[in-house]
Amino acid sequence: MVPLSWYLVLSAILFCLGVFGFLLKRNIITIFMSIELMLNAVNLSFIAFANYWNAHAGQRLASGREIVGLSGHVFVFFVMVVAAAEAAVGLAIIIAVFRTRETLNVDRVNLLKL
Amino acid sequence: MVHQVLFIVFGLICVAGAVNLLVQRHPINSALSLVVVMASLALIYLLLGAEFVAAIQVIVYAGAIMVLFVFVIMLLNAGSEERSSGSRIALLLGVPGVLVLGCLIGWIMINNNKQLGGVSIAATDFGETHPIARLLFRDFLLPFEITSILILIAIMGAVVLGKREG
Repeated sequence: MVPLSWYLVLSAILFCLGVFGFLLKRNIITIFMSIELMLNAVNLSFIAFANYWNAHAGQRLASGREIVGLSGHVFVFFVMVVAAAEAAVGLAIIIAVFRTRETLNVDRVNLLKL
Repeated sequence: MVHQVLFIVFGLICVAGAVNLLVQRHPINSALSLVVVMASLALIYLLLGAEFVAAIQVIVYAGAIMVLFVFVIMLLNAGSEERSSGSRIALLLGVPGVLVLGCLIGWIMINNNKQLGGVSIAATDFGETHPIARLLFRDFLLPFEITSILILIAIMGAVVLGKREG
């Protein structure tokens, strides 16, 4: 029996580490990976709350229709889909930036138009 | 007892991987430590009874997305991170702000420990593919179809952006 709060604290720690990476790292690819870390932290809290809801509210609604505890899993599924799309587009943008500027340092990418 | 030990072990691996992501200066090392974080998160999902999500965490996140990252790092031949000053506002406001946010969330969670209760290893039919598929293709059918359009747009955007100009 692990308290639910442990999972949520782990999620908060991972999220804060992701924000630290986003603020402190200078490489554009590492900044992008920090965003993925934050998405994963949120996914963890979704899954923890889905388990909690399932254990406490029971598997069926009063109408006896559907399992609501699993909605958290479906949300995580959608987060993963959006993260995959984001990774594809974001990495294409990184490649385009590298082609024009020959650098991955975000401090040197400070002009909208060359 | 076993549950607690497993949670602590994989949670520590998770946090260690995330710290290593921040400490390493070469992006390929950061990418590989992010794979460690995602793999141990998949095991934590298994502890929470989410078998399907654990499987797609390994296949999609640790597999597909991270392969894309490593591929781009190697394609661009990215070297070690350059040290430059960066934004001073991010250091002065962002870092204390995030520390305060983390401490606040932790404090609230620990204070409400009793009300939140515990998590036990769930019943076997909780996070399986069958109930998730029923939910996904019945109640969430419209969002599911919209994500397919989103993926299509993302593919086209990636192709257009990645195309060499002129």
